[in-house]
Amino acid sequence: MTPKRPRGLLLTILLSWMVVFPIALVVVGAVRGDAGWTLEYVATFARESREWGALWNSIWISVASVLLAGSIGVPLAFVFERLEFPGRRLPGALVALPAVLPPLVGVIAFMFLYGESGFVAHALRAVLNLDGDPWRLRGWGAILLVHAYSMYVYFYLFARAGLAKVDSSMIEAAHSLGHDRWGTLRRVTLPLLWPQIGAAALLTFMTALGSFSAPYVFGGGFRVMTTQIVASKLNGDLAMSLVETSALACVALAGLVLFRRTQTQRSVAAVGKGIPPAAHSLSMPLARWGAAVVGWGFAVLLLLPHLTLLVVSFVPVGTWTTQAIPPEYTLANYGTLVSDPVRLRPLLNSLWMAGAATIAAVTLALWVGRTVVQRRARLRNVIETLTTVPWAVPGTVLAIALATAFSVRAPWFGRWVLVGTAVILPLAYMIRNIPIVCGSVVAGFKQLDPSLDEAAASLGSSRWRTIRRITVPLLRPAILAGGALAFATALGDFVTSVVLYTYDTRPISIEILSALREFDIGVAAAYGVVLMSISAVAMAVGTKR
Amino acid sequence: MSDSFLELDSLTKSFDGAVAVGNVSLRVPRGTVLALLGPSGSGKTTMLRLLAGFEQPDSGRVLVDGSDVTALPPVERRFGMVFQHYALFPHLNVEENVAFGLTDVSREKRAERVAEVLSLVDMDGYADREVTALSGGQQQRVAVARALAPKPRVLLLDEPLSNLDPGLRERTRRELRSALVQAGVTTVFVTHEQEEAFALGDRIAVLNDGLLEQVGSARSLYEEPESVFVATFVGRASTLSGIKTAGGEVRIAESVSWNAEVPEDLGEGAPVTVVVRPEAVSFTDGPGLEGSVTECRYTGARAFFTVSAGNLSVELEAPVDSASVGDTVRITASRVRCFREES
Repeated sequence: MTPKRPRGLLLTILLSWMVVFPIALVVVGAVRGDAGWTLEYVATFARESREWGALWNSIWISVASVLLAGSIGVPLAFVFERLEFPGRRLPGALVALPAVLPPLVGVIAFMFLYGESGFVAHALRAVLNLDGDPWRLRGWGAILLVHAYSMYVYFYLFARAGLAKVDSSMIEAAHSLGHDRWGTLRRVTLPLLWPQIGAAALLTFMTALGSFSAPYVFGGGFRVMTTQIVASKLNGDLAMSLVETSALACVALAGLVLFRRTQTQRSVAAVGKGIPPAAHSLSMPLARWGAAVVGWGFAVLLLLPHLTLLVVSFVPVGTWTTQAIPPEYTLANYGTLVSDPVRLRPLLNSLWMAGAATIAAVTLALWVGRTVVQRRARLRNVIETLTTVPWAVPGTVLAIALATAFSVRAPWFGRWVLVGTAVILPLAYMIRNIPIVCGSVVAGFKQLDPSLDEAAASLGSSRWRTIRRITVPLLRPAILAGGALAFATALGDFVTSVVLYTYDTRPISIEILSALREFDIGVAAAYGVVLMSISAVAMAVGTKR
Repeated sequence: MSDSFLELDSLTKSFDGAVAVGNVSLRVPRGTVLALLGPSGSGKTTMLRLLAGFEQPDSGRVLVDGSDVTALPPVERRFGMVFQHYALFPHLNVEENVAFGLTDVSREKRAERVAEVLSLVDMDGYADREVTALSGGQQQRVAVARALAPKPRVLLLDEPLSNLDPGLRERTRRELRSALVQAGVTTVFVTHEQEEAFALGDRIAVLNDGLLEQVGSARSLYEEPESVFVATFVGRASTLSGIKTAGGEVRIAESVSWNAEVPEDLGEGAPVTVVVRPEAVSFTDGPGLEGSVTECRYTGARAFFTVSAGNLSVELEAPVDSASVGDTVRITASRVRCFREES
């Protein structure tokens, strides 16, 4: 027998080529000029306050987003998990909705609601008889507001899941040892939730650090690293954009390492049988209704942007100027999306590119699952680590990295000219979605009984037949869950698209912005509603058991 | 041994240096059932997986009907396997599960064969049921039917009854035995329960630490064990130390000697391990080993008594009212076996 290549080698190479190689090229490009190795660009970056200022802005905005989102999401989780009030289930599910709203759609919904020409501003002007704008939704305040609104969901979902796992006997033990309710919360419940809160904080930090839509639309003169990178790239300052990209990647990596450090190694939630305490019935009618008002109030407040988007999508072009509410409504905006070839194109583009990216990611995930779980390849730890890398890479970094790696033809180094072709965006969407899909599918593989595979083999079933008839059908829930989330994310993607799109491949998000620029707010909102609906359907399909 | 159908030739397998199966050779005649009996960790499951082709041996061969199948992957081996947890495909119904291995036949033939094997395991009428809605015993029978459907050359079963309630086991065991006999398939199954091995196996191979201790019928294993391990693992037995004396006797204690089968090649005065079954021991009024009753376990009309004499401890079976705990008694043994003292 010839010496066997280690199992999983091909997969390791492929994954490295997609997730590590482009970023490595960026880092090399940052310290290499026409004349060889140089620190010139790095020095410029350190000198210019505009540059390191943007980095600093990114960092503090991200930390502030974590604190803000946490202070909304965690209390909300307690309200819906621990308090019993009339109709608590529906708002409990509704407040998780921002999770399915693509970032750019969330941003424009916010603009229509709270912007200087949005519903709230219009209403205030009408009531108070103001002439000018009551405020301008600009700068870091606006960014933080959007971040808090869209990212509290992580804290809410993680903390609820954690609370559901806290064993009631631990709470009772604390009570019997003489701790009152607040003492128990502080000394027992919160420490038990710490792993979940930490995970949510990390996710929020990473999302905020990579956030592009909010600073792009609301930032104005306030630059963060992501917008700075895209600006440099568009200005043709390629070397500087590579230095900026490297700097952002370093901060993301540092954030990841730092957060992992603070996480305790003990798995505290695993102790005990995990019977959550029953929701606390509030006996006083006042408290009961108070909790109901808080719960429902939050749900409505958080759903307002979605509703705004829906209303605006029915507003004909140029009819809504100074009135408190739009005077006319029409379905024409949706008609335009379908009948106008220029408007329809982005919709079709996004659908096929997101679809192709999802199918590719699922195929890759099946390969990873089979290699890592079923064949227990020696390289399995390397492969599993590689599949999580894109998660820690801000979208802008990945986009710049792909633009750098695939604008040169050098087949021997694994480089082809893909930028400007129809391949680059699906590739980018796929790479961004590797962690989600692989995470879900590999977890599915780990739950499969390995003897099912052996049973099929002993019945004479070939490898492909077993995969088709046994593995894939059994993995269907995992594939659907991961695939739906990936599809929704790819469909609404803005951050990588803005760097890599061409006119022919322009996706929905880019068209939304251009519609806004033409003051065609109805069409922009209609796109938003379509995106939101497809994402919601995809999520519903994906989470169905 | 001309009629051996399945042959294991010097099979050896280690995992990370630990021997799981050490140089085991076995022959299974056509249409018979062989039980691999041993405690957990004895290598019996590894042997079954070597037979199925899920593991490759470090050395040795597996032969079926004279031809070497060692290098064949499981897919081509045509060995049916019934897994410990059945491994029924949860997304397929009973019929689809049973038909899964029937790929190269026409639709009619397939339906015919499915009905045939389902009736063999007494599950006619269950074809449309979801496997997840079946009881443990029914799942077990579907798993057997599925393995038998493609007419395997050899059927392998991994602890086939271990997942069933004790009450259900005896019935299922009888039904399984009759299905195997009807199918006439050469079968190897693994178990750690002697009762199961005795009831299902035509012959039993006792494994210990990856080594084959003895092969034979239930009766020969019980009555003529070749090692202390087989003597104590198969059936109940007490072990004592003794000294070989003249005239085929073994001395258990000061002035107590019992008639015994002693290895011929041992000289007088050699130390031996004495194995004695509870039914071979009895209370006596004559000369015998004196001790006190320390334990009495009722099993119905008869009871197991433990008699301790100094540091010796002997178990015996007798009518319930023979003695009570605390009594001083004398016991004697009619049939004991001796083995060379293991150093």
